[in-house]
Amino acid sequence: MTAVDIRTGPLLRSGYRQGMRRRVAVTLWMSVLLAGLILLDLVTGPSPLSVGDALFGLLRGPANPDGMTATIIWSIRLPITLMGVLVGISLGIAGLQMQTILDNPLASPFTLGFSAAAGFGAALAIMFGAALPIAAWLLTPLAAFAATLVSCGLIYGMARARGANPEILTLGGIAVMFLFQALQSLLQFLASPEVLQQIVFWLFGSLMKANWTSVMVLGGVLLVTVPLLARDAWRLTSLRLGDAHARSLGLDADALRRRTFGFVALLTAAAVAFVGTIGFIGLVAPHAARALVGEDQRVLMPLTALMGAALLVGASVVSKIIAQGAVIPVGIVTAVVGVPVLFTLVMRRGAGGWG
Amino acid sequence: MTDATLTLQDVSVARGGKQVVDRVCAALPGGAVTAICGPNGAGKSTLIGAIAGVAVHHGAIRWDGRNLDRTDVAFMPQCVAIRSTLTVLEVVLLGRLDRLGWTLREADLAAAGDALAALGLTHLAERRINTLSGGQQQLVLLAQRLMRKPRILLLDEPTSALDLNRQLLVFDMLASYARENQALVLVALHDLSLAARYASMLLLLRQGTLMGSGHPAEVLRAETIRAVYDVEAEVLHSSGGHPVIAPLHASTECPLRFGGERPPVYHAEM
Repeated sequence: MTAVDIRTGPLLRSGYRQGMRRRVAVTLWMSVLLAGLILLDLVTGPSPLSVGDALFGLLRGPANPDGMTATIIWSIRLPITLMGVLVGISLGIAGLQMQTILDNPLASPFTLGFSAAAGFGAALAIMFGAALPIAAWLLTPLAAFAATLVSCGLIYGMARARGANPEILTLGGIAVMFLFQALQSLLQFLASPEVLQQIVFWLFGSLMKANWTSVMVLGGVLLVTVPLLARDAWRLTSLRLGDAHARSLGLDADALRRRTFGFVALLTAAAVAFVGTIGFIGLVAPHAARALVGEDQRVLMPLTALMGAALLVGASVVSKIIAQGAVIPVGIVTAVVGVPVLFTLVMRRGAGGWG
Repeated sequence: MTDATLTLQDVSVARGGKQVVDRVCAALPGGAVTAICGPNGAGKSTLIGAIAGVAVHHGAIRWDGRNLDRTDVAFMPQCVAIRSTLTVLEVVLLGRLDRLGWTLREADLAAAGDALAALGLTHLAERRINTLSGGQQQLVLLAQRLMRKPRILLLDEPTSALDLNRQLLVFDMLASYARENQALVLVALHDLSLAARYASMLLLLRQGTLMGSGHPAEVLRAETIRAVYDVEAEVLHSSGGHPVIAPLHASTECPLRFGGERPPVYHAEM
């Protein structure tokens, strides 16, 4: 047992490299699939375009002399498609990290009441926003964003006072969720039928609300949060050993949970504020990615992001195909696309980290 | 390099208003295995946790006359089943959590390979840890700590899930690791005979208080075992001269009894 076999070193290294190459290949294939889905999303819609037209329109830029194609691609479809990609990335990563810090396979970005808080904020803006001198397209996302951060602040405060363990975070999150659900229901009860309809439509979650401003804002939030999360990749991986072992390796688990929770809140708030609540992506993308590449966050995080984007853009394509001439809110379709993907992967590979 | 010493000076840990470890003083030599023994709740894990820096303590803990540098220490808490699907190699690599970067260094891969080989686990490197038995998981976690090449290795019940053969192999390996690296291997253990065979020093704790310390042959006496464990025991000696503890019966009435019948007392045939 004490003798070190000198032949094992190179074998171990080549085995490791082979495993990493396979994981990187899976990630690259997912990028290709996402690129294909992006193109498909651009050509699908009430006025169909050919792939050639779409590519040509994209390459010629917004100042394309063929005015119609340029307008469809650059002013209408591209911001919606890109928003689908960015929201998918945000919800995928937020779901993965929520599952990691709560040590719970059922966690998603909305487990701790963020969607209820965003819905309350949006409902508040829809009901009373007319009295304020701010445009509705800006006020509603701002209110949803602010309410989500308030809910995050409440849970964060509790975690700071009592320790950021999964039980405290979950308990605090569920209490906050019930609070905002109740407030949201109160607003819906008091709203006129027209306002109620607007609130319910917002809650469905739809990429149609996207524009270049929302793309820029969410893109900016991702640019800030993803590198910070990536810096903690190994530390987040170590949480999967359980708190006792992770702490014994020198990890400050409470601090890691608190800052990750803050990034998750920021990502979720920015995504939800512009497109409403789009469920299932944050639950299914991490499981699907985990089943393909395991739990090393250096690979798992990028693949989850790509998987989330592919699922949401795929759902966007489906939402445009199943109702010709109309677009069903994508939040309704995500589960229809996501469930077969999850079932297939679970049947083939087991239930990822929680098998 | 001369062997350093870990000195504990009036080390106390309080929890919920109760002294879980009460003013423990000891000097633990490097280059050897030291065992901490005692009944359940005696404070073994807490004392190890205090040295590891995961339990808040009072008193001084010094290594080689200086304050402890945490990078010298590796600590393995009591094992609980790991549900993760990380591979064995990835789990061992996490032993260097403090210095792992986005790309792995050759030195870290090599150190992980050495630690796996030292415990005979190389063939399991690509296996997911949740598919291993409890004993195999325990060995992987031990390899993870060894990968750090610590000067002070703190192990809480490191062989609790291992069969007899692997218990002996692991302790043989730990003893040689301590010798070759002038390291202190401090182990919390329930098996007094195993402690007596491998430890050059034994600490006996009861309710947080140090009841005895020194060479196992000096500490493990029938009257000490009675005072610490409430157990009547006979101290025999193996052919190698190590004390072997043969428990005879509990010296107090059993509080764990069902119904009114007193449980039978078994006497060892000598």
